[in-house]
Amino acid sequence: MRLFPSLLDNDRGGRIFMGLLGVVCVLVPIFNLAVPETSPFHMSTYTVTLLGKYLTFALLALSVDLIWGYCGILSLGHGAFFALGGYAMGMHLMRQIGERGVYGHPVLPDFMVFLNWEKLPWYWYGFDQFWFAMLMVMLVPGLLALVFGWLAFRSRVTGVYLSIITQALTFALMLAFFRNEMGFGGNNGLTDFKDILGFNLQSDGTRIGIFLASAIALTLAYLACRYIVDSKMGRVVKAVRDAEDRTRFLGYRVEQYKLWLFVFSAVLAGIAGALYVPQVGIINPGEFSPINSIELVIWVAVGGRGTLYGAIAGALLVNYGKTYFTAAMPEVWLFALGLLFVLVTRFLPAGIVGLLRRRGAEAAT
Amino acid sequence: MKTLEKMRAAMRRERSLRRMAPDIVYDPDLDTSHGPILYLENITVSFDGFKALNDLNLYIDDGELRCIIGPNGAGKTTMMDVITGKTRPDAGTVFFGQTIDLLRLNEPEIAAEGIGRKFQKPTVFEQQTVHENLELAMHADKRVWPTLRARLTGEQRDRIGEVLDIIGLTAQCQSRAGLLSHGQKQWLEIGMLLMQNPRLLLVDEPVAGMTGHETERTAELLNSLAGQHSVVVVEHDMEFVRSIARTVTVLHEGSVLAEGDMNEVQNDPKVIEVYLGE
Repeated sequence: MRLFPSLLDNDRGGRIFMGLLGVVCVLVPIFNLAVPETSPFHMSTYTVTLLGKYLTFALLALSVDLIWGYCGILSLGHGAFFALGGYAMGMHLMRQIGERGVYGHPVLPDFMVFLNWEKLPWYWYGFDQFWFAMLMVMLVPGLLALVFGWLAFRSRVTGVYLSIITQALTFALMLAFFRNEMGFGGNNGLTDFKDILGFNLQSDGTRIGIFLASAIALTLAYLACRYIVDSKMGRVVKAVRDAEDRTRFLGYRVEQYKLWLFVFSAVLAGIAGALYVPQVGIINPGEFSPINSIELVIWVAVGGRGTLYGAIAGALLVNYGKTYFTAAMPEVWLFALGLLFVLVTRFLPAGIVGLLRRRGAEAAT
Repeated sequence: MKTLEKMRAAMRRERSLRRMAPDIVYDPDLDTSHGPILYLENITVSFDGFKALNDLNLYIDDGELRCIIGPNGAGKTTMMDVITGKTRPDAGTVFFGQTIDLLRLNEPEIAAEGIGRKFQKPTVFEQQTVHENLELAMHADKRVWPTLRARLTGEQRDRIGEVLDIIGLTAQCQSRAGLLSHGQKQWLEIGMLLMQNPRLLLVDEPVAGMTGHETERTAELLNSLAGQHSVVVVEHDMEFVRSIARTVTVLHEGSVLAEGDMNEVQNDPKVIEVYLGE
């Protein structure tokens, strides 16, 4: 991490996280590809994909922490940006299927043939190009955040009201994407992906590749967020969180700061969604469901907001818990999640990171 | 015809075309050729029928130190809100210098024109250090991108050091502002005003909660600021007002009741009635 030495100088949590992520990135390919399947040390591709999925959730949590932890904007609709990024990636993967679909149509995806559509809707144009799809992964969530944020922040909608309208936003998108006429596969969504950039999505090597891409995206996003929160802009944003009016009287255009931070956060969420889709192999309107966005706020709260690495830790821990519980005791999970949220809010307002810090401070004295 | 007039008032060209106007930059040559730096004329503000300001007329001269006193509910804070853009008056005009119509501008724009404000309740950024508080207040390009790229220059560091010295918080420079005592927070907020380097300072109850010694130092500081800056102080502490004021304005029920030096005002029968007759 000597590339960005000054960025992490005062960020012990960040250095630990980077170190761990680096180690994992070396070990996972070795255990998956180099260790024979018969060995007890072999890591299954299922596990690799699971870890990769966690990393995209961590990136999503990071994007929420940036606006919630540092600027006090509690978005309960961030899942929408994640899903939009996912759909953009899904559209590209659909078009990569080509003639290998069930109906064997050279251009139209299966669901369009099924709906008796004659030709590709205009908004599917360009998605056969990888670069175009990647551009849309960032542009679509970014533009939505720009328009939505411009309207909301300019009207000085804050606090609970903002949370509610973000929730409404993701709910509205979910209903829209459920409709077949929208042209995004209705309630089945987009699936049956074959390959990405010519690599078979089912092969171990591709899975490792996407896992590493997720790790790199998370690292770069972390450094970018760290750069922002350590800059003077970061201090202005914290000032907005703690005393919005005061910041205005100092001559800062508070709306602009909120808006650009929100847009950047939405773009990060979109990238997370785009990395998520090829790993799970499907994207459907369920990703827009309000409960997803709420869950993701819980990850951040559990980890500890306003630290960046806390959000990552929270996302990894809660999702590991979810994987474990939904397999072992599926009926318990939602109760456990609710309980976790109540306990954290009541006893650990600064999350797990806050607890560790307090322990560290006590040990030091 | 009334509707048409309303339409015209709402669609005034300089207001509706504001977005198209060029970006306003801080103007060091504020036009104060006629004397006053601030003109408040026929200002009326009502909240649900209650007139917080009632046809208020007030002029502040360039470089003047003016004290504004008045009983609770006289409209002192509302007046500050109008000047800084927080509250829009129902009627009246507010001009900064000869040419700047403050009613056209929003809070950050007004701050950029050179009007700084200290709140009644000390409002500092508690989670950030004293040094960071001063840095945030500093006169600089406050748009998003330049702020993201901003690094403190040597000159700016010196300026922060200077202000830390004036407000006596050099030793606390790296501690969180939330840990300061009440008086120290008041001082920090005055320091933030100094960092903004405004032409006009609006200071709401600067000595509330201060010890006698701190009050004295505040008086000295405000006195030393007048001349280069125009200062408007709202205060309840009569002793303090007496120690700094050259001209005192008494507000009552949203308009000016009396104006003059401290002795004149104190012997004014209307003022005595308002203050003692209740």
